[in-house]
Amino acid sequence: MRANFVMGEVGNGLRRNLTMTLAVIITVAVSLGLFGVSLLVRSQVATMQDFWYDKVEVSIFLCSKGSDTASCSGGEVTTAQRDQIEADLESLRPLVSEIYYESKAEAYTRFTEQFANSPIVDNVTENALPESFRVKLSDPTQYEVVASAFAGRPGVEQVNDQRQILDKFFRLLGGLQLIALIIALTMLVVTVLLIVNTMRVAAFSRRRETSIMRLVGASNFYIQLPFLLEAAIAAGLGALIAIGGLVLTKVVVIDGILAPSFQFTAFVGWDAVIGIAPILLLTGVALAGIAAFLTLRKYLRV
Amino acid sequence: MILFEHVTKLYASQTRPALDDVSLEIERGEFVFLVGPSGSGKSTLLRLILREENTSNGQVWVLGKELGRLSNWKIPALRRQIGTVFQDFRLLPNKTVFENVAFALEVIGKPSSHIKKVVPEVLEVVGLAGKEGRRPDELSGGEQQRVAIARAFVNRPLLLIADEPTGNLDPGTSVGIMKLLDRINRLGTTVLMSTHDAAIVDQMRRRVVELEGGHIVRDQDRGVYGYAR
Repeated sequence: MRANFVMGEVGNGLRRNLTMTLAVIITVAVSLGLFGVSLLVRSQVATMQDFWYDKVEVSIFLCSKGSDTASCSGGEVTTAQRDQIEADLESLRPLVSEIYYESKAEAYTRFTEQFANSPIVDNVTENALPESFRVKLSDPTQYEVVASAFAGRPGVEQVNDQRQILDKFFRLLGGLQLIALIIALTMLVVTVLLIVNTMRVAAFSRRRETSIMRLVGASNFYIQLPFLLEAAIAAGLGALIAIGGLVLTKVVVIDGILAPSFQFTAFVGWDAVIGIAPILLLTGVALAGIAAFLTLRKYLRV
Repeated sequence: MILFEHVTKLYASQTRPALDDVSLEIERGEFVFLVGPSGSGKSTLLRLILREENTSNGQVWVLGKELGRLSNWKIPALRRQIGTVFQDFRLLPNKTVFENVAFALEVIGKPSSHIKKVVPEVLEVVGLAGKEGRRPDELSGGEQQRVAIARAFVNRPLLLIADEPTGNLDPGTSVGIMKLLDRINRLGTTVLMSTHDAAIVDQMRRRVVELEGGHIVRDQDRGVYGYAR
């Protein structure tokens, strides 16, 4: 094996085919970049789910004076009803991990804090807000157990699962991620086609050399290696650019813009970026290798 | 060295076989002319020896190997023992004389110390000493063919196949090329050369195999180009 000779051939090939090489690098960078972003969105969704599912509560709102639901026909919730609900909640342990009673006064305080700068606060009185039980579940997916036990029961106005609201949001994010993934995969297919075409042009422009190599008994490996390496190097460069883009996304978009503006949620950390980077590099190099290998089998036969 | 046993070669696009039941034996150290009109099967015969084609029927033995049973990855090893020269030289225009010859060694993985030693030697043999740094377009046709012969011979092959090596050269230059091939033959390499050049064949008085329509119609020691009919 003459490494110098092979690397020389690779260098020549890349230079001679410069425009095509650039095209390969750019398409690989763009498609892998998109692929990386879609993977990043996925781990972002996972991070947010972990973060939020930990915090979500099931709220059992109790009847107040103005309530007009059927279960509130008896008027405001009675002390007996409230105590019974609390006792039943206690009996649901360990599914129910925390129970917190929020009185009208507490509800009002929280409300005024949340809408501190809004004129709504002036129109709300303490009595307009319902008292409630805030329940945390050890397994948030088991919401139905709580809902069926308390919904429609005298004294309970409404059972609310915050998780259901979040799920809509996560479904939206998941949909966006899927779209990004589909675009990325389409781009990857385009990239493979481009690499195939580039290899064809490269094989054609070097047909003299390869025909002589065949005649003097160079092995297939030796004939194809420069082509394979060229494709792999171009794709590798593209993948590095894509990884650079991913790092930039993390620094500028996530840490620089999103995280300071949306402090109420968690964002993906560097571990996600570090996890995705080798996937991109491997995908890029493997794609190029496979595309080149398939092309060369056809165009550089013994 | 080379043995054809009832070899038939039929190309998919043609109804008439390019070679039809050809049997031929060439011994080590021989110098053989392959003559015959265009389309008589000369090129097919040479391509079969190089295993660029497979036979449709029959067996070809080259250097002790039956080519039909040779697996693909062993073909390069076979070709390393066979030198090839063509009518159109097939040199790389952007490489110098030295680099063109060295290329044949580089691509089979020879170390550069070996290349630096043997390339000047073989250029000396073909009479191109002092022209190592020239490019093909700075050389005459005869000189270009000498470069091609040097490239074919640099590995000291057991067999040299020349497909109309003088086809593009004038008679005077051709004589020089033939002297060179004769010298290589005397160094122990078997030479199989296809040609249309009657003067050369008549002059050399070596074995002549004549093909016509895919059949061997003549196999003569110390022969001439055509029958004295």
